[in-house]
Amino acid sequence: MSRLDTAHLRTVLYEGPGSLPLEPDARSRIMVALLDKGYAVTSLRDSTHVTALPRDFVVVLGRFTGPPPLFDGAAALQFEQIDGMDPSDVVEAADRVHANTGAAKSGAWKPWFPVIDFGRCTNCMQCLSFCLFDVYGVSSDGKIQVRNQDNCKTDCPACSRVCPEVAIMFPKYRHSPINGDQVSSDDMRREAMKVDISALLGGDIYSMLRDRSVKAKSRFSKERDDERALKERQNCLLKLQKEMDIPMEVLASLPSPDEIRAKAEQAAARAREALGSQVSPEVH
Amino acid sequence: MFPAGETGADLSNGNCMSAAPAPIRILYCHCAFARVVPADVKTGVLAQLAASSAEFEAVPDLCEMSARRDPRLAALAAHESLRIAACFPRAVHGLFQAAGSPLPQTAQILNMRTDPADKVASELLTGGAG
Repeated sequence: MSRLDTAHLRTVLYEGPGSLPLEPDARSRIMVALLDKGYAVTSLRDSTHVTALPRDFVVVLGRFTGPPPLFDGAAALQFEQIDGMDPSDVVEAADRVHANTGAAKSGAWKPWFPVIDFGRCTNCMQCLSFCLFDVYGVSSDGKIQVRNQDNCKTDCPACSRVCPEVAIMFPKYRHSPINGDQVSSDDMRREAMKVDISALLGGDIYSMLRDRSVKAKSRFSKERDDERALKERQNCLLKLQKEMDIPMEVLASLPSPDEIRAKAEQAAARAREALGSQVSPEVH
Repeated sequence: MFPAGETGADLSNGNCMSAAPAPIRILYCHCAFARVVPADVKTGVLAQLAASSAEFEAVPDLCEMSARRDPRLAALAAHESLRIAACFPRAVHGLFQAAGSPLPQTAQILNMRTDPADKVASELLTGGAG
């Protein structure tokens, strides 16, 4: 089942008619406990309007004083009595409901993926050409899009470094402007200096990786200098890590140079195709 | 089992219903799966929301919802008077857009990565008037 198809459990903390109110501190602690466990919480104080979305399971939590009140808009809800419970008990109650629903659990995956600022993106496809993990795709109308978020390598912002327009954000990144902060003129100047990230690395990044491989092979065959080759590779990886803030785990998991070349060629072909389809309507 | 009706929860803020033509909707993002929002800010904002009489929606992580194109983002984006406590406005707009539910220009986004809890909570609850 795709992540897009999964149902989730949503909780409603209900304090309206038919239920006793919570103390503010208790309300806050219960909400934090539920959120930390990945449950969305709707806080209702007077309303009795709870509507479930097609993929939602909804459990209404409250200090009910009698039969659960009638709610508008939802065909069926589950109610849980939480009177006298501390936050951890409330979470356990939600967990029990969750276990019975078979709903997906938030938090199993750290949501790390690129987000495109379409106000800045010029659809140049450099990100598509660069990414080795098929995170990017092209929409039916030829626009770049983030298609496979969970292919993205956690904590790696490398594709944002190749974007000449600073249009790629990683909202959970530490530093500005990749974290979504406003792009300053200084940022643009810096980006302009590294529009071609490969320039930082002395040539096209894929060519560089290929060359390293060829040189390494050559050294192995001629000199059999394993230590020197290893040092070269380490230097190369350290440079990538430093300049692009790529985690070492990601660098260590890169495909072989041949696979990189094949993937880069495929990605470049997709980018050319998308750019070609963009151009053709204007030609007519 | 208790699944599946149609659209999202009505999160009317009782305080604002008589004054404003469109009821204010408040959305709080807990950014539960990363440590980029200072813990004291997000818990401070949530505590002040919980201490108020406002009804609101709290979600574990907007990024995660965006990645799975959660239809509740569309339900929220449909409201003209939406106030969101999350992170950088450019990122929040991008997340909604990525989910296929662009935010209206009227949405007010408050940044818990850069602003103190009191300021964020005040603007959430009063629209900056307080």
